Amino acid sequence: MIYLYLFVSFLQVGMFSFGGGYAAMPLIQEQVVTIHHWLDISEFTDLVTLSQMTPGPISINAATFVGIKIAGIPGAIVATGGCVLPSCVIVMIIAKVYLKYRKMGMLQGILNALRPAVIAMIASAGISILITAFWGNAAIKLINTNWSLMIIFVICFALLQKLKMNPIGVMVFAGIMKLGLSFLQR
Amino acid sequence: MKNKKSILRKLFFSCLYLSTFTFGGGYVIVTLMKKKFVDDYHWIDENEMLDLVAIAQSSPGPIAVNGAIVIGYKLAGILGAVTAILGTIIPPFLIISVISVGYHSFSDSYFISQILEGMQAGVGAVIASVVYEMGVGIAQEKDKISLLIMAGAFAASCVYKINVVYIIIVCGMIGVIRTFLSKKGGEK
Repeated sequence: MIYLYLFVSFLQVGMFSFGGGYAAMPLIQEQVVTIHHWLDISEFTDLVTLSQMTPGPISINAATFVGIKIAGIPGAIVATGGCVLPSCVIVMIIAKVYLKYRKMGMLQGILNALRPAVIAMIASAGISILITAFWGNAAIKLINTNWSLMIIFVICFALLQKLKMNPIGVMVFAGIMKLGLSFLQR
Repeated sequence: MKNKKSILRKLFFSCLYLSTFTFGGGYVIVTLMKKKFVDDYHWIDENEMLDLVAIAQSSPGPIAVNGAIVIGYKLAGILGAVTAILGTIIPPFLIISVISVGYHSFSDSYFISQILEGMQAGVGAVIASVVYEMGVGIAQEKDKISLLIMAGAFAASCVYKINVVYIIIVCGMIGVIRTFLSKKGGEK
C-alpha cells in the first residue's frame, strides 16, 4: 500500500511542476511534509540542502530520499518512477508532434519566436547561479563580493572560449581551484 | 542495427556522465547536452536543439529529465528516450541512496563545501559561454523582433521572476501573430 502512496504522490509532483526545480519545491513539500508526514520540516530542509550539493533534479532527489526512508530501495524506485512517468508520456507526445509537423508554417513561426526566449531564460538561470556564487545571500555590493569566485569564473570562461576546453573538466577544475585558494587564504 | 546500438550506447553514457557532474539544476544539464550533442557529436543542429529545450521547459517535470527524453526520442525513438532517462536518473539515484545514510557528515564537510562553491563559478562560466555563442547567433540574424523577444524574456525571467511557462506561452503567441501578419503581407 505504501508503494502506491509513494507512486501517486510523486506522480503528482512530476505532473504539476512546471518550470524546473524551484517550482517543484513547494509541491514536494506539500506531498511529503503536509499531506503524508513522511518528513518533518527540518528533514525537508536537509533534503533541499542535499539536493543543492549533489547532482540531479530536486524532484528525483526527493523521490529517492523519501522512498528510501519510507520503504527502502524498492520505495525509492517506485517514487522515482512515479516522478518521471508524466514527463515520459507528455514530452514524447509533444516531441512526436514536433518532429512530424515542424515544417508547417505556423509551428515554424512559433518556434522562431521561442528560440530567442529560450536563450534568454538560460542566461537568466546562469545569472542567478552567478549572483549566488559572487554574493551569496548578502546585498550586491562591491564590499560583499567573493573575489576568488569571480576570478575563477573569468579563468573558466577564458578556458571555455579560447581553449575550447571540455565543460565538465572546467567545472571540476573550478572546484579544485577554490579548494586550493581556500588553503592559501588560511 | 549496429549503428543504432552504438547511438544508444553513446547516448546512455553521455547522459550518465553529464548527469553525474551536473550541479545546479536543469538549465545546466541542458547547456551541457547542447555542447555534447550539437558541438561534439553533431547529432542535432543548433536551432533544433533550441526547439527541444523549449519542449523540455514547457512540459511538466524536471527539465533535465525532459531534456533527456526529448533528445533520446529524437535520436532513437521510444527506446532512445528510455535509454536517456535511465542514464539521467541513475547518478542522482545512487548518490542520494548512498548519502542519505549519513548526510550530515557530508553536508558539513569543509572540503566538499569549498569544491562545490568553486564549481558554482565554473557552472556559471559554462552557461555564460554557451549563452554567448547562441546569443551571437541570434544577433547575427539581425531580426529586430527576435532581439526584442530575447530582451523581453530575459527581463521577465531574470528581473520579474515570471514562471517560464507563461514566458513560453506569450512568446508562442507572438510567433502565431507574426506568422499571420507575414502571410497577409505575402498575399498582397
